[in-house]
Amino acid sequence: MWQTIWQKTWQKTWQKIWQKIWQKTWRKTLVVCLTGCCWLCWNQPSLAATLSNEAKVFHVLNRLGFGASPSSLEQVRSIGVEAYIQAQLHPSSIPESAILIDRLQQFETLQLSPTELLQQYRVLPTEVVESNANFKGLTPLDQATQAKLLRAISSPRQLEEVMVDFWYNHFNVASDKGLARYWVGVYERDAIRPYVFGKFRDLLGATAKHPAMLFYLDNWVNGISPRAARRGELDEVNENYAREVMELHTMGVGSGYTEQDVITLARIFTGWGFCQPRQFEDPNFCFNPKRHDPSNKIFLGTSIPGGGMEEGERALDILARHPATARYISDRLAQYFVADRPPESLVNRMAQTFQDTNGEIRAVLNTLFDSPEFWDPQVVGHKFKSPYQFMVAAVRSSGMDVKNARPIGSILQQLGMRLYGCPSPDGYKNTQDVWLSPYAITRRLDWVAVLATGRLPLTVDPPPLGERATRIERTPLAYQPLLDLLGSTLSTETQQLIEASPPRLRAAAVLGSPELMYR
Amino acid sequence: MKRRHFLHLALTATTSACAAQWVNARPTGSSRQNPANSSSQRLIVIMLRGAVDGLNVVVPYQEAAYYQLRETIAIPKPGQPDGAIDLDGFFGLHPALAPLQPLWQQQSLAFVHACGSPFFTRSHFDAQTYLENGTPGDKSTPAGWMNRLLAVLPNSSPVAAISVEPTLPRILQGSIPVINLPANGTLLQPLPLDTPAYRDLFNQLYQDAPQLHPIYQEGREARQILRRLISAADPENPILTANEIGRPTFANNARQLAALMVQEPQIQLAFMSIDGGWDTHVAQGGSTGALANQLRQLAEGLKVLVDGLGSIYAETTIVVFSEFGRTVQENLNRGTDHGYGNVLWLLGGKIRGGQVYGDWRGLATNELHQGRFLPITTDFRDPLSTLLQTHLHLDRSRLSQVFPDFTPQSQLDFLS
Repeated sequence: MWQTIWQKTWQKTWQKIWQKIWQKTWRKTLVVCLTGCCWLCWNQPSLAATLSNEAKVFHVLNRLGFGASPSSLEQVRSIGVEAYIQAQLHPSSIPESAILIDRLQQFETLQLSPTELLQQYRVLPTEVVESNANFKGLTPLDQATQAKLLRAISSPRQLEEVMVDFWYNHFNVASDKGLARYWVGVYERDAIRPYVFGKFRDLLGATAKHPAMLFYLDNWVNGISPRAARRGELDEVNENYAREVMELHTMGVGSGYTEQDVITLARIFTGWGFCQPRQFEDPNFCFNPKRHDPSNKIFLGTSIPGGGMEEGERALDILARHPATARYISDRLAQYFVADRPPESLVNRMAQTFQDTNGEIRAVLNTLFDSPEFWDPQVVGHKFKSPYQFMVAAVRSSGMDVKNARPIGSILQQLGMRLYGCPSPDGYKNTQDVWLSPYAITRRLDWVAVLATGRLPLTVDPPPLGERATRIERTPLAYQPLLDLLGSTLSTETQQLIEASPPRLRAAAVLGSPELMYR
Repeated sequence: MKRRHFLHLALTATTSACAAQWVNARPTGSSRQNPANSSSQRLIVIMLRGAVDGLNVVVPYQEAAYYQLRETIAIPKPGQPDGAIDLDGFFGLHPALAPLQPLWQQQSLAFVHACGSPFFTRSHFDAQTYLENGTPGDKSTPAGWMNRLLAVLPNSSPVAAISVEPTLPRILQGSIPVINLPANGTLLQPLPLDTPAYRDLFNQLYQDAPQLHPIYQEGREARQILRRLISAADPENPILTANEIGRPTFANNARQLAALMVQEPQIQLAFMSIDGGWDTHVAQGGSTGALANQLRQLAEGLKVLVDGLGSIYAETTIVVFSEFGRTVQENLNRGTDHGYGNVLWLLGGKIRGGQVYGDWRGLATNELHQGRFLPITTDFRDPLSTLLQTHLHLDRSRLSQVFPDFTPQSQLDFLS
């Protein structure tokens, strides 16, 4: 795609320089220079010579974030690619946007605890809902969706938002299942967001104990029944969480564990549930020793003496430290950041970092961003955007001050990527085979065409639920700023076609250009 | 543009690192010039993602073990309160599926019990992959078997296959672009690409986009065909009424699909799914409850589909399947866990219905897979092969392109 243009431009420039140098018979000096260059390149593969600095700037904006906005482009250019990456890996070093913080305040459900959410929002009769001071029409799920979109669009901590997206899908909880609908937002707040760059073990532990996960993968009901045991009946444990934690969260399917390991792990997690399971008065994590199977166990070849909750902690330690986990997590990250089928060499080095640092996510990402594979011109601009990435990037590039993200929420729903809505525990995929289809392409183009007309009420305060947005002054997007921002990522052919098209269609043409379907 | 041209484009894209998805199946262009007259025959595949409990769908109510192992979730025998609907004196239908009873009586509904994908995995995702790519045990087959089927059918219309999902399911992914169209109202709204100005603009922009061009083109052409159906239509047109409801429930999707298939004879293959709700590890319920509610939704949707197909139901076969069955014994949470064998459903004008097919070996522990799971005595590709050969007139060599390395074992005689 567009990096080939860069290659061409670079080649041309290089040819000119070459001719000049040749003419001036600087051959000897040149040989020395070239040898030096080769040596440098050899020893610093991350500075692969084929990518221009401009191409690198866009690569980090596209992969470490949701695409270029006027301000983010300015920022990377001013501090440089390397410094930008390091800042993004340490989000607390980047001041959060004050306007964004202020806007997020309106989502009061994101300040509540899981218990409060149930008390205030769970299937209330209409009159209670109406008299509830906190109920402003938006459900906790709507609020979580809005907040997530506003953050992705305008937070300068772009990589943090990207990692929240990545880990949420990795530890997916679907809002469609029962009580989970009240908790997806606070699950992300409490169990995902604080850990996205930290120790994998902390992330694993936080998700394991969060009410949303306990409920979604049924571990709150996983326990032995003393009564059944007294009657001499065979008890069966619920293996749903145990299976997915091995298959999806840590080691990956087919990585060497057995069916017996799954059953053993389910037994280890018996008694991990809610404090008050019946009425959900206290849906916080509690370990109930009466429901725990205290027998001795052998899990993945390691003896775990029968005990209480520490068995589960021990099992999570084993899983987090397992080489298969290091590999699987590295593979998932490399697929998300590099290519649908990530290079083995890279996955191996990331897995090595994972093991060396005992699962330090930031370190694994450093290995990734420092790798020649990440900067490979074959990789740059070749990862097909998911609907979420595409829509957010389109809006970011417009530079609009988005106050109302509901229109983005609806198009995501139409394209099969309702936020927090992936029903199965493997979360939304990020690969082309899933998202590239005739319907998806034409629907994206239709949507950016509407976006370009200025018809979507994105920049006005959202209307109360169920009411239409107040009619807004339609300001079509100006195409020149878009072209100034994104032009260098478009091929010359595309740029020529855009300039030859009727001016009123040019903004849509930029946003809908084939190059921008990829990141 | 002819579909063979797409194939050519897809194949020429091999050099690009990311085009792998679209070229791996590599059907040859010439294979699509099959002269067999099959274009009026249609196939609809419905997948229940999450593993439905087949033993509570088609209930072996004469098996004592069924009631012993399912203390709280068993469906009572026919004739008892909330009992199963008797099918053949041995099996009974879940009472929530009552809307389908007339189809059974008219002998256009049949089941194959103890059927499934013969590679033992208890992972939903792996098992779904095998049902969709048609190569159990081999996850690396990237294309879906319905896409490979499309490649060997003579039908080259952009709408030859359609899915009413918001994304394109794996079963339809492959070298041939396939349109998906959820019943969310977008068919009705005039969209920018429907106007000549935007169409010209994007036609030009996508003209040389290597991977995207055939897909863009397919999307545009398919939409034009489908829009033409509704623009020519009267306000009573079922496509309009289906689409304006705007909520993509299973029944709405079914209504839209049926209406489209009736009005556009080129739609030959279709896919739908119900994702979620089947994975009843906890509080599955019996004649009422969680699974019953799911089944009611399915039965109502199927009824809508069959009614909507009207006269073309005679040329249509509907297959319903799910990635694996569930444990024969209920668990302590009054649910069931991941199992193995399941029941496959067959509906349609050509089905010799009113029968439960397959090799039923009972529920004694020694007959169960690993002592816990219903075994698979019929490979799901067996009944599908019969359908493809007899209903869609595929010869052996084309069949082997759809299901490579597979030889049908049991020829079930379920087609009339």
